[in-house]
Formats: sequence, structure tokens, C-alpha cells
Amino acid sequence: MITLVAKAYGWLALAVLALLFVVAAVDSGFAFHMGLVVAVALGMMVVTLRRARSVLAFEGAPPPPDLSRYDDDPVRWGVIATVLWAVIGLLAGLYIALQLAFPVLNFNSEFMTFGRLRPLHTSAVIFAFGGNILIATSFYVVQRTCRARLAFPGLARFVFWGYQFFIVLAATGYALGITESREYAEPEWYVDIWLTVVWIAYLIVFVGTLARRREPHIYVANWFYLSFIITIAMLHVVNNLALPVSLYGSKSYAAFAGVQDALLQWWYGHNAVAFFLTVPFLAMMYYFVPKQAERPIYSYRLSIIHFWSLIFLYIWAGPHHLHYTALPDWAQTLGMVFSVVLWMPSWGGMINGLMTLNGAWDKIRTDPIIRMMVMALAFYGMATFEGPMLSIRSVNSLSHYTEWTIGHVHAGALGWNGMISFAAVYYLAPRLWGRMRLYSLRMVNWHFWMATIGIVLYAASMWVAGIMQGLMWREYGADGYLVYAFSEVVTAMHPMYLIRAAGGTLYLLGAVVMVVNVWLTVAGKLRDEPPLHDAAYDPAQDRPLPARPQTAPAE
Amino acid sequence: MANRFFDHGKLERNITLLAVASFIVVAIGGIVEFAPLFYIDSTVEKVDGVRPYTPLELAGRNIFIREGCYTCHSQMIRPFRDEVERYGHYSLAAESMYDHPFQWGSKRTGPDLARVGGRYSDEWHVQHLIDPRSVVPESIMPPYAFLADRVLDGEAMGADLRVLSRLGVPYDEAMIENAAADFTVQTDPFADAGGLQARYARVQVRDFDGNPARLTEMDALVAYLQMLGTLVDFEAAAAQEQPR
Repeated sequence: MITLVAKAYGWLALAVLALLFVVAAVDSGFAFHMGLVVAVALGMMVVTLRRARSVLAFEGAPPPPDLSRYDDDPVRWGVIATVLWAVIGLLAGLYIALQLAFPVLNFNSEFMTFGRLRPLHTSAVIFAFGGNILIATSFYVVQRTCRARLAFPGLARFVFWGYQFFIVLAATGYALGITESREYAEPEWYVDIWLTVVWIAYLIVFVGTLARRREPHIYVANWFYLSFIITIAMLHVVNNLALPVSLYGSKSYAAFAGVQDALLQWWYGHNAVAFFLTVPFLAMMYYFVPKQAERPIYSYRLSIIHFWSLIFLYIWAGPHHLHYTALPDWAQTLGMVFSVVLWMPSWGGMINGLMTLNGAWDKIRTDPIIRMMVMALAFYGMATFEGPMLSIRSVNSLSHYTEWTIGHVHAGALGWNGMISFAAVYYLAPRLWGRMRLYSLRMVNWHFWMATIGIVLYAASMWVAGIMQGLMWREYGADGYLVYAFSEVVTAMHPMYLIRAAGGTLYLLGAVVMVVNVWLTVAGKLRDEPPLHDAAYDPAQDRPLPARPQTAPAE
Repeated sequence: MANRFFDHGKLERNITLLAVASFIVVAIGGIVEFAPLFYIDSTVEKVDGVRPYTPLELAGRNIFIREGCYTCHSQMIRPFRDEVERYGHYSLAAESMYDHPFQWGSKRTGPDLARVGGRYSDEWHVQHLIDPRSVVPESIMPPYAFLADRVLDGEAMGADLRVLSRLGVPYDEAMIENAAADFTVQTDPFADAGGLQARYARVQVRDFDGNPARLTEMDALVAYLQMLGTLVDFEAAAAQEQPR
């Protein structure tokens, strides 16, 4: 009771402090963000006081959590946040795709221009949709594979809500023009500091839970999650080194300049792909594919080789974003060579996932969730072949600066990250809300086909657009002059932009079907439909081992 | 995976070992590629003419960043015949040595801007920013008409220069002290620009947005665009480059 009141005072103090920053702010964007802090702090104060009142009314604390079950509240919120942010991120992507086809959609408004909405789209998809499914699944998987409840439950809740607040700060900042212009790391210095705090809390919860495990070994999925959390911390802190102009303003200047800054940014940028969009999604593969297929992972030895070679090689690949630029040749060559070598561990991981289906391949026909997982792995394999190919200098001389890169990224993001995340959401929803099964497995199948056709339209149109663009830019006529003006190449892109938007629309509609399906599953409804196969689930078995002090693991 | 020499099970049973080992493994690549860039002299070769941005150009550059122009325009010309013919001499490392952060970009939805300075008139830029399709019918660029209504005073630019000087950009005390004055002088063709020209070589002094009554964000952005790629005199170096 007294602690609750003290907490309420703490929130009030934070609100007052943030209010001082609003008053002292040198730019309106910073004032707006500090205003958001005031609003959140006051909201939390009201929530805390309400809780104190209800404690008084019932003359006692709320019932303690059931320690014989896993701590799944943050996972449930995470799944809902994932589904919500997926729709927002995809919608933003579709909108900016349409802006390229129909520039009138910029609406003469500074808040709606492509330049400000593009980071909003990339961050919403990578960090809001991707980040939420990663936090949610990591909390789910680490508990199950350690047979222990989350360590520091309060901190785990802070991680979830703190991360959502980071997303809101970043997204509103982009619309207001607050950006460092570092691709996939655009938020300004104060938002970066906030994310660092949240991330350290995440590391503590995750490692704390590993330390409480009642299994002697740390399961392979957790190696991938752990490497993701540690490496993202390193990348984020180093890449965002900057000096703010004022402690009361949003503007900062990057610590490094020119060549060094470019290499640093693409060391970060490529490893955002590696350690945000690959390594932890492989962790999801290592848990959810065996679970859904009801088969053990194909090879333990391969998973060890896969893990160490992948994380060692990936970090070198950044310079392939800077081929033929002013970056020294030796660095470009290193980046290219390691990118090509990287093909091997990438396919090793894909093979480990696909071969897990040995003896269960028939499930591709009968289980739509397995079908999604297999398609995700197929796209992973395709994108990790295309990546090394594009990193070869002579290929890159054509593909760099073109739509081909955009097509490549989306084959990976929509095909691999999207599909494996959707599969995980479908796996999790009935289990988290204690339902017999999903509302509809048939709707999972609809989602699968809409998404797949959408990706094919997207990737194919961008391949054509990119190669056409690259060839038109460098085409010489018999007279020895360049054939095309830049604007003619822009015009040639128009039909491709339309096909891409059609693909994006299909993919978005698939996600909407998922929203309906998850919503009705949570509501406890079951669609009357011919059955499809799904992995068995026994809630009675889904429990941590009871505490046994004598078997506490070392470390 | 265990043999006489190595037992991976040890890593799997010990979080500290696993975390430290994976951190060391991921740190290596970045260190090997990044650290040498600071002590190898050939990374950024000295080039005559490269200077820090004037306060007005810097403000324009910050608008360029704010509006996310880098999402569609690169500032890095690669050494290919077609690019050099289309955009101008390939970009040198020294030309972005004072760029905190760099703006090389990664995508050309629009053309490269590394040497856009001087290729079009101020009037063209203003008209193009207000309504891109009025001068380039095929353009898909968003309109930036609002820039012409935003008045700037440059009072705070001294603080920006000071921060950049802390990061290693050679802004001296005179530049920092005169930042606010230099900011307005650069757009005023009737002011005494001697000090500004002494501090910043090859600086362009004129009213950029066609409205001498006001100093706007349009002035700053056009001033920045018009100086891009103009600092190095490639004519002077041409003889050395093509020894035929």
C-alpha cells in the first residue's frame, strides 16, 4: 500500500521533470515527445492510484500469480502487438508504394511525404512487427525450454511496455522530421538512450530466466536469442554514437563522418538484417518447426556449426553495401568475400529446418501452419542465395541503387520473416488463450496463398524493375551517347510499381485475415469447417518443473 | 559435439561462457574492418578545396536530412563511364569528410545529387521543390512548397558549429562566433560578404529563393544543393588524370 503510493509519487515526479523539458525544449518535435512522456507518466500515476484504492477496498493484495504455470501475460500482449503492428507496417508500406506510382498521394503535406513515411514503414515492420514477435516468442520459448518461469516478472513487463513506447517515439518522430538519417537506425539520440535502457532490461530478464533453468543444457533456440540480444546492443550503441546540439532539443550530429561513418552505418545496417531479421528468427525456427512438425530437430551437430559460423561470418558483410564507393577497396573485397562464404551457413540453417520434416513431409498437405513454415524456409534459402550473388562486385555494379535491392529485401522480409512470424502467431494463439484450436485452420490456408501470391508479384516486379533500371541507366547508343534521360527511366518504372502495389495489397489482405482469425480465437469461437491437421496440445503438460533446490543448475 | 579436445556441452551448460564466446565471435569482423580506416592515410586523401559547410549550407543539409531526401537520392557517384557522364566526376572520399552523418544513400528513385550544384538555376530549384511536376512532368517527387513559408534566423547555428568542431570538423572560433551573421550575409547580395568569403572558400552569396524580403528554409536548402560537388576544381586536376 505504502509502496503503491510512493510509486504514484515517483510517476508524478517524472511527469513534472518531463514537463520542465517541454518548457525548455528548443524545437517543437522534442517538446511533443516530452509531452508524451508527461502523458504516460500521469497515466501511470492514475493506474497506480487506482490499484492502491482497490487494494484498500479489498483489504489485501491481489492474488499471487499461479507459480505452477508459465508467466505468459507479456507473451499474450506481444502477440496482440505483433498482429496490430503488422497491419500498420504493411499499410504504411502499401501507401508509400502507391506514392511512387501516384505522387499526388503526398498531398502537399510535410507529414505525408515519401521521405518521412519510408522510415516509418521500415521501422514499423522491422522493429514494431519484428521486434514484438521476437520479444514475445523469446519469452515463450525461454520459459518452455528452461522449464522455468520468467525471472524478474516486473522487468519483463517493463520491457514490453518500454519497447512499445520506443516504437511510438520513433514513429511520431519520423512524421515530425526527427531523424538521424541512418537507415534502420533513424531515431534521435534520446530515443536511442531509451531503447538502450529497455534492451538492457531485456537482456537481464532473458539471462535471468536462463540462469533459473531446470534443464542442464541451454537449448539451441536460446543461443540464437542470446546472440541477438547481445549483438543488437553492441550494434545499436556503437552506430548511434552522436553529440546532441542541446540537451533540450532533438538534433544531434553523428560522431563519425564520411567514409568511416558510411562503413559504421552499413556494419550496423547489414547486421540489423543479420542479428535482428535472421538470427532470432532462426531461433523461432529451431523451436516452432520441430514443435509443429512433432519431430526432433534434424541435426544437433549442424545446429552448432550453423550457429557459430553464421554469427562469425555475418558481421563482416556490411561493406558490400558500399561497392565502388569511396570506401577503400580492401574493405569492399572483405565484405564481398565474407558475403559469398555466408551462403554456406545460411543454407546449413535452412537445411536443418527443412530436414526436420523428415518423416513428416505429408504434413505440408494437411497442416497449413507447417506449409507456412516450409515456405518461410524456402524464401530464406532463396534470399540468402540472392544476397551473396548481389554482393559480388560486378553484379552489384548493375543492381546497386536500383529496385532489385528492394525486391531482394522484401523476398526476405515478406517471405522469411513474415511467414515464420505468422506461423508462430498461429501456433501461439490457441495455446496462450487456452483454446482447443485456432478459430479456423482453413483461414490460415487462405492467408498462406494470399501472402505467397503477393510476394511473387512483389519480388518478380522488382526484379524486372531493378534490372531494367540498371540496364537503362548504362545504355549507350550507336552514337556514343547515353540513350535514356533519368526521367525516362522513372516513367518506365510505373507499371512495375503498380504490380508491386497489387502484390502488397494481397499480402496486407492476408494479414487482415490473420487479424480476424486471431481475434476470434481469443474470443473463444470455433469456425464450423472440415478439419485440417494441427500439432497436438496438452495444457496439463505445459508447465514449469516445480522448484527443487537440490537440482539447481550450475550458473 | 564432443571429442578429446573440445566439448561443446560446456558452452551449452554455462551462460557466461556462451555469452562471452558469442560476443567475442561477433566483435572480430567489425573491429578488423572498422579500426584500420582511422589510421590508414589512404582512406581519405587530402584534396584541395574541401571545406566545412557554411552555417546556411549546414542548415540546408539538416533540412535535407529531416525530409529524408537520402531515401531516394544518393550522393555517391561510382567510377563508371555512364555515371561519370551522367552526374560528373566520381565522388572522392575527401568530399564527404565533414559529413556528420554521411549522405551517400542507397537508392536512386531520383538521380544522384553529389554534383547537382550549379547544374540548374536557383529559380529551377525553387520551382522544382514547390511543384516538381511543373518542371519535370515525369517526376514522382513529393512537393516541398512549405519550405518557402518557413522563416529561419540562424541564431542557433553557432551551437551546431561548436558541436561539429568538437567532433573534429575544423570550424575555428571566428567561424563559430560569426555563425549567425554569416547565416544571413550569405543570402544578402548587398551585405559585406568579405568575412564570409575569407572563412569559406568558393562560397556562393545571393538570395536563393527569389524572395529577398525573407530568409526561409527554401534559401537554406537551395544554398546546400547549389554547393554540392562544387568545392573541388576537377579542371585543374584533369591533366594529371588523363595522361594520353
